[in-house]
Amino acid sequence: MASEDIRLDHRIIYSIIGPESRVLDLGCGEGDLLYPLVRDKQVRAQGIELDDKAIQECVKKGLSVFHDDIEHSLREYPDNCFDYVILNQSMQEVKNVDFVIHEALRIGSRVIVGFPNFAFIRSRFMLFFRGKSPITKSLPYLWFDTPNVRFLSIDDFRDFCAEKNIRIIEAHYLGERKIVHFWPNLSALNAIFVLTKGNA
Amino acid sequence: MTETGNKTDKDKSIGVVETQYYTYAGPGKEHNLESGEKLGPITLAYETYGKLNKEKTNAILALHALSGDAHAAGVHSGQDNNGWWDDMIGPGKAFDTDRYFVICSNVIGGCKGSTGPSSINPATGKPYALDFPFITIADMVHAQRHLIDLLGIDKLLCVTGGSMGGMQVLQWVASYQERVRSAIPIATALKHSPQQIAFNEVVRQSIMADPAWREGNYYEYGQPEKGLAVARMIGHITFMSDQSMEEKFSRRLKTGRFSFGFDADFEVEGYLHYRGANFVKRFDANSYLYITKAIDYFDLSGGRLIPGGKAIDTRFLIISFKSDWLYPSYQSQEIVRLLKRKRVDATYCELSTTYGHDAFLIEVEEQTTLIKHFLDKTFNGYLVVSDHGI
Repeated sequence: MASEDIRLDHRIIYSIIGPESRVLDLGCGEGDLLYPLVRDKQVRAQGIELDDKAIQECVKKGLSVFHDDIEHSLREYPDNCFDYVILNQSMQEVKNVDFVIHEALRIGSRVIVGFPNFAFIRSRFMLFFRGKSPITKSLPYLWFDTPNVRFLSIDDFRDFCAEKNIRIIEAHYLGERKIVHFWPNLSALNAIFVLTKGNA
Repeated sequence: MTETGNKTDKDKSIGVVETQYYTYAGPGKEHNLESGEKLGPITLAYETYGKLNKEKTNAILALHALSGDAHAAGVHSGQDNNGWWDDMIGPGKAFDTDRYFVICSNVIGGCKGSTGPSSINPATGKPYALDFPFITIADMVHAQRHLIDLLGIDKLLCVTGGSMGGMQVLQWVASYQERVRSAIPIATALKHSPQQIAFNEVVRQSIMADPAWREGNYYEYGQPEKGLAVARMIGHITFMSDQSMEEKFSRRLKTGRFSFGFDADFEVEGYLHYRGANFVKRFDANSYLYITKAIDYFDLSGGRLIPGGKAIDTRFLIISFKSDWLYPSYQSQEIVRLLKRKRVDATYCELSTTYGHDAFLIEVEEQTTLIKHFLDKTFNGYLVVSDHGI
């Protein structure tokens, strides 16, 4: 895979997923993440997407997609029928996050969640010094025109996982162009977590 | 199509085509129908477009809706009668006849060359009329299987169709899944709903209420034109949408003023009259009764589409239309949910057109994009589906 022209979050998720895995991508857009996985790793992929133009693009790439919203799309799947369920940059657009994550953990052995970090340092500055809703590279929308309905930080999500007994297997923190290693809740624009069910 | 950069593609037609006929189920070999009755001999009218490849792996079976026929594409010699899916079947089109071999046959029970109630009953030498046995969607599909056998095709690359054609697609999967590599059911349902049955019953009652129907024995006298025309008018209302009728007719008047009489004042009335009057010239009233009944009996819910525990490797592309209130999207989504439970490789798209149910015949561009690429991947074996599904 030519790495430079591919988004950093896609590169990280690409490297996580093993060959021939069964993958469900919730909010797959035009299939830019699934396509290289199918092409290079023979992944058995299914996308869920709400936008019919994006679905057409997926079909052009040979991907299988269901026209549906994320919250309604999960119920019918049997338990553990996917190796990975991906919620990349789509969790923050979901209203019923708790339900979606639990359903994803039911149907997939692992769940990959990628989301923008609301506690990124620039967001804090904007809110603290300018008194305005933050606009950053990972949260580029104006308050009245955003698809996001949930605003969370990396630490918020860790707390959520602890409370819901969800085990975090891997965590990746993303800056603008590369991985960040220190103070992720302050320095990361985006985070990617790999989750699995916690011990009962 | 603009997508291929070739503007002439859409206008390209397969050209002059000819209907062919195949007769089977002769004396002693009658077809056992789902009702328990027998039918034979059976003639199937069919057309083919494109060339069957050496391996016989490029065959697509297109299945028509209630009033369709075997003439899906091209024109008949000396006529300008484009086939009912001419925009979709042809060189460079969604079902590309430069690459695929497309077959379409008239259903049994029909009146366009295949055996139906207007055919001659060999036992009496007269048209069957109501002596014609009741047929089901499964019976139609079993008859098509004989044709596919005749053509020497073991496995169809694709079965496709809209509305009742989509029901036949689903029935093909239920009956002969191992012979279907991919399925494209469009604007259809797993089972006919009470509302759909209700419309069909009104349609049937309007035919049977016409004294000219004569308990089905009208062949010496001519069609029950009034009843059949009203039946078709009801149909056309359900094929369109509120919005498409507004766009097409609004409240425009035929003569610009009210007649203060019961003539057709509004353009929409004129349109329905015209459609009704045309239909009686080309379609047999008894066929309309038999086929609507077959549609009403259709029900592949409750594990009948894919029997429990069975893993299937047929790929699906399911298409519905937002403005279709006769076969609403929720019915296509029922098929999708079932395929999810069975972990079948499938794509579903609801297209946001305003044409209503008719969109499967009219909404060419978006359907073409989906179907063309879906078939391409199926044909080239891009994603081989394993036992694990997905």
